[in-house]
Amino acid sequence: MQTIDLTEIGLRETNKTLHAQSKDTNQTAWEIVNPRGSHAIACGLDAPIEVTVKGSTGYYCAGMNQRATVNIHGSAGPGTGENIMSGKIVIEGDASQYLGATGHGGLIVVKGNASSRCGISMKGVNIVVQGSVGHMSAFMGQSGNLVVCGDAGDALGDSCYEARFFVRGTIKSLGADCEKKEMRPEHIEILKGLLDEAGIDADPSEFTRYGSARNLYNFDVDNAGAY
Amino acid sequence: MCGIVGLFLKDSALEPQLGELLTAMLITMTDRGPDSAGIAIYGDETPGQMKLTVQSDTPETTFAGLDAALGKAMGTSVAMSVKSTHAVLTIPAGTHAVLTIPAGTLASARAALAEINPDIRVMSGGETLEIYKEVGLPKDVAARFDIAKMSGTHGIGHTRMATESAVTTMGAHPFNTGDDQCLVHNGSLSNHNSLRRKLRREGIHIETENDTEVGAAYLTWQMQNGATLGEALQSSLDDLDGFFTFVVGTKDGFGVVRDPIACKPAVMAETDQYVAFGSEYRALVDLPGIENARVWEPEPATVYFWSHDKAPTSKKAA
Repeated sequence: MQTIDLTEIGLRETNKTLHAQSKDTNQTAWEIVNPRGSHAIACGLDAPIEVTVKGSTGYYCAGMNQRATVNIHGSAGPGTGENIMSGKIVIEGDASQYLGATGHGGLIVVKGNASSRCGISMKGVNIVVQGSVGHMSAFMGQSGNLVVCGDAGDALGDSCYEARFFVRGTIKSLGADCEKKEMRPEHIEILKGLLDEAGIDADPSEFTRYGSARNLYNFDVDNAGAY
Repeated sequence: MCGIVGLFLKDSALEPQLGELLTAMLITMTDRGPDSAGIAIYGDETPGQMKLTVQSDTPETTFAGLDAALGKAMGTSVAMSVKSTHAVLTIPAGTHAVLTIPAGTLASARAALAEINPDIRVMSGGETLEIYKEVGLPKDVAARFDIAKMSGTHGIGHTRMATESAVTTMGAHPFNTGDDQCLVHNGSLSNHNSLRRKLRREGIHIETENDTEVGAAYLTWQMQNGATLGEALQSSLDDLDGFFTFVVGTKDGFGVVRDPIACKPAVMAETDQYVAFGSEYRALVDLPGIENARVWEPEPATVYFWSHDKAPTSKKAA
């Protein structure tokens, strides 16, 4: 286990050290102490390493992540995991707004709640939230899965494409062109796999699936009022 | 962007540290807005006395004999303390003077000051509130006025990245529009021109072309019409258009509200000793006992307020 004290060597040196790890590095376990809510911690990683941040983080932690696993032992600020490509991010506390925005792949797990715009414009990332998500979550979601074990706020999945949303609790409102869908056996399987991978004990049969009604794919002047 | 902070003390043992804690919180937020900075402190009250905090770009000449001149104009005795700092040799001395005058006379004092010297700018008025704000970085502004040495029950601070009006002392936050009321804002209001005209017609004093001052004046107007701080914040959700995270102070209270879109960040922390607000968690990391505090992100369109008279409460918008 390599330990980095962020207050001692600073953000640039911390990220530079992590970026220097090659794909076959032997130093796979890293711990960052004294994060003090700093921005951009462990951004742009591209190696199969596991980084544990001991405390709460600020903006954009683990953004653009590839291959790495980043654990946040605290709460995470806005834009955490933005544009994640692969790998895994686990947040023990809450996540602020636009978690995993535009993420292309990988898995993000939130043990607490996620705030507004969770998974906005998701493009393949899987996000599993043990608590609830705020308004405008998965806005313009294109692919991937958003799993919410609690409740969802206003306008879930507004203007979404082919992303899937599984919600166990209530939905304050659905966004434009987002609708309730049938939960077929293959969806139960997908959800079971995601919950298992996230380490969350929940019964897939208690969830409801939502997705695109596919009415806004092509511009139709009669839909102008929905924009 | 802008950075905002607030600290409302429940434990009076922390009161001597208010200025120091708030200054550190605000300095941490410097990179959210380096244009100007300001801090409002709710400090000591002298029964029967009101405080008017004023500012001048030429303090040496403007403040010389100002207490006597104002006292003469108002037919009373006025005490004055000019704030200077250790940096007085390299930068102009403190550009604010705190004038202490008998209660119930703030409006006449403003009028008298305008007669004595129209260039004097009024920063705040009230029984306990003092506002210090200037163009510059939080660390420089706080040092200039020795904010870290100030004690008090609660306070709010702001570091500005200007969007809606010029970078001037008068455009800096916090804004004071009614006795002991002040507000800081992260965001921008889009209906401030029409609302300013309406509020002026209602007799509310608004000094600048700044959007945030209109937000502050709106709350003052609501409270003058009998609303509590919580009720005034609630109605702001219907009547203000734009982006806002507000932190407001009154003589006894402290409130927070975010617009329904809530894209301007906010983090709060509460312990048995205090309620704290920061634009980011970074601002809170050095508060005593933060590791065991309840830390949360305030919900959109939800009013939170605390008072030294009442239990903490919050109210969800209908």
